[in-house]
Amino acid sequence: MIYFPEEVVEHIFSFLPSHSDRNTVSLVCKVWYEIERLSRRAVFVGNCYAVRPERVVRRFPKLCVLTVKGKPHFADFNLVPPDWGGYAAPWIEAAARGCVGLEELRMKRMVVSDESLELLARSFPRFKALVLISCEGFSTEGLADIASHCKLLRELDLQENDVEDRGPRWLSCFPDSCTSLVSLNFACIKGEVDSASLERLVAKSPNLRSLRLNRAVTVDTLSKILMRTPNLEDLGTGNFTNEFQTESYLRLTNALEKCKMLKSLSGFWDASPVCVPFIYPLCHQLTGLNLSYTPTLDYSDLTRMISRCVKLQRLWVLDCISDKGLQVVASSCKDLQELRVFPSDFYVAGYSAVTEEGLVAISSGCPKLSSLLYFCHQMTNDALITIAKNCPNFIRFRLCILEPRKPDAMTNQPLDEGFGAIVRECKGLRRLSISGLLTDKVFMYIGKYAKHLEMLSIAFAGDSDDGMMHVLNGCKNLRKLEIRDSPFGDGALLGNVAKYETMRSLWMSSCNVTLKGCEILASKMPMLNVEIMNELDGSSEMEENPGDFSKVEKLYVYRTTAGTRGDAPNFVKIL
Amino acid sequence: MSTSSTNSAASPAVSGLDYDDTALTLALPGSSSTDPAAADRKRAHADHDHDNNKQLQPPSPKARAVGWPPVRAYRRNALREEAAAAGCKLVKVAVDGAPYLRKVDLAAHDGYAPLLRALHAMFASCLAFVRGAEDGVLARLVDSATGAEYVPTYEDKDGDWMLVGDVPFKMFVDSCKRIRLMKSSEAVNLSPRSSSQ
Repeated sequence: MIYFPEEVVEHIFSFLPSHSDRNTVSLVCKVWYEIERLSRRAVFVGNCYAVRPERVVRRFPKLCVLTVKGKPHFADFNLVPPDWGGYAAPWIEAAARGCVGLEELRMKRMVVSDESLELLARSFPRFKALVLISCEGFSTEGLADIASHCKLLRELDLQENDVEDRGPRWLSCFPDSCTSLVSLNFACIKGEVDSASLERLVAKSPNLRSLRLNRAVTVDTLSKILMRTPNLEDLGTGNFTNEFQTESYLRLTNALEKCKMLKSLSGFWDASPVCVPFIYPLCHQLTGLNLSYTPTLDYSDLTRMISRCVKLQRLWVLDCISDKGLQVVASSCKDLQELRVFPSDFYVAGYSAVTEEGLVAISSGCPKLSSLLYFCHQMTNDALITIAKNCPNFIRFRLCILEPRKPDAMTNQPLDEGFGAIVRECKGLRRLSISGLLTDKVFMYIGKYAKHLEMLSIAFAGDSDDGMMHVLNGCKNLRKLEIRDSPFGDGALLGNVAKYETMRSLWMSSCNVTLKGCEILASKMPMLNVEIMNELDGSSEMEENPGDFSKVEKLYVYRTTAGTRGDAPNFVKIL
Repeated sequence: MSTSSTNSAASPAVSGLDYDDTALTLALPGSSSTDPAAADRKRAHADHDHDNNKQLQPPSPKARAVGWPPVRAYRRNALREEAAAAGCKLVKVAVDGAPYLRKVDLAAHDGYAPLLRALHAMFASCLAFVRGAEDGVLARLVDSATGAEYVPTYEDKDGDWMLVGDVPFKMFVDSCKRIRLMKSSEAVNLSPRSSSQ
């Protein structure tokens, strides 16, 4: 192959589907490395601190699509202190200097400033798509810059970001010449929205396929918009409150019926039960439904809607649906592939109307189920064993029993056997979150059977270092391991240090690792950044007692070619 | 919910208790107070995270851990906003033995524990309430003068008297018409909790 002209080799590479395949061919020889890097269009950086932005930009000058992820996953649950890092600015600045052909930027769990958004808007003439997920640090003024200057904008997708509201003007910043919008998601914007601007924008966007509105948008505005978007495939509604006029809702049904392509529905902010039947005419064509932000609908409201959604593949719902409601889902939605059941009540941990019975019903009614996130009151080994047999196709299995360390509800035993069955039967399992009372045995099963596991989340589980060792030694494809409140200490941390170079990252909080153990790890593995965080500014305490056996509150270890990062705050110590 | 508490045998129920045992704190009951700094530290962190003036985690042992259950802050805030948007729901609160009734806004509280604390505070002036032993989620309210235990009950939409705490808080807020803190000696006929202890 080395005798083929470069264009031919490049063309062959263009058929490689995944990043990891392209990464692999670039390692074959220098010629392939060069061909690959000069033709690479999309780069995925799973940890923004694993590599310097300048290096990425230098290696891939033709970069068009850049995806970068910042904070560790447990940052979602407030376990990472604010100001930890994950800044977007260095990436946007480097790209502005080195790849002006950039067309798409996707960022998750990063801190993005308005200045960075302005730089983004002004630096890339072909910029088409901005996707920000669980980010923070910017305001609607930054969005105004994006709207004003990205003339070819196709996609502006803001998912669950913390955005400062500085007024609705951003929506009117799209110039008249911008007619290319395909996807607009501003559901997470907290403030008011100017309906007239919104309607004008929709009117000049004939290619709009996905539109997700925020809570400020009324039913009347929604109806007007829908009259102009007959090709809409995905809709996030605005407000569906109680103060409704029947005529408004009838107009809405009318407008919805025109959207023959509409397959996915979300939003339902403040939805009152009386509003919901106006959606019924759409239900038979829905493949995706997200009702997880609507605590005002109870089990009967939910089931009356869902029982009509016979083509449903993806369902997100609150636990108000109860086991009985899940049985209705199981008998109606035979094509279900993804189910997420979220808790509606965060403070009374332990109560949920959803138990193992609901999940067993789903597993027997929906054999195509492959992705699950399930918050519940209790679980049993028998149920998990049944579920594993019914649904061997699980790729993602995340179970959260609300009360930490809760045993099997029938036998009071640990749930080792149940999760053991899951990893044994589901040979394609890539992501697993476990909960309830668990001993080292469950980790023995995971290490033995979960050969394709890439991400494992552990909380309040295990008895000894052996547990963590089983996972590190057995899970060949492990990329991310996150552990909280479990009795794993230095023995486990140091038991297989080479493993961490094959993984993206390790997170351990409220475990038994000590400062000494972390120091040893850092000295043995120079290619890793070993970050420790203690609640108070503990850096002075640590100076006083070098080699202290004091416990480390939070530990984040990741492989990197970038060395120590210069933007770490006081409370982070990098060993 | 079992009606026996660890202190019910004692005659003035509070006599054997230290003041500290019954003082409201945000620590686990029975957890040693040898490291008050640690408790404060956890509290400081929780304060920092909830800096848009939200309620701190209630002291129930099961609800204690930071970041548990693992639900994104965005989702927690969104649902909290929706609860607030649902408006105010004032219901009458009667306590057996108190000379007058009070009214409480159910929608102003995030969950059972904050609500019960509010009720406790409301009647502290006419009855010397002391929090009894924690039974998982709901503390019991004990009158320090008579030793009588009070059980929180409510009348629901169907007119039945129910034990507070069985259903998700939002469902309770929706269906609750009024609240009565009933002397536990009278509470025997109420529906038992479905979850076994």
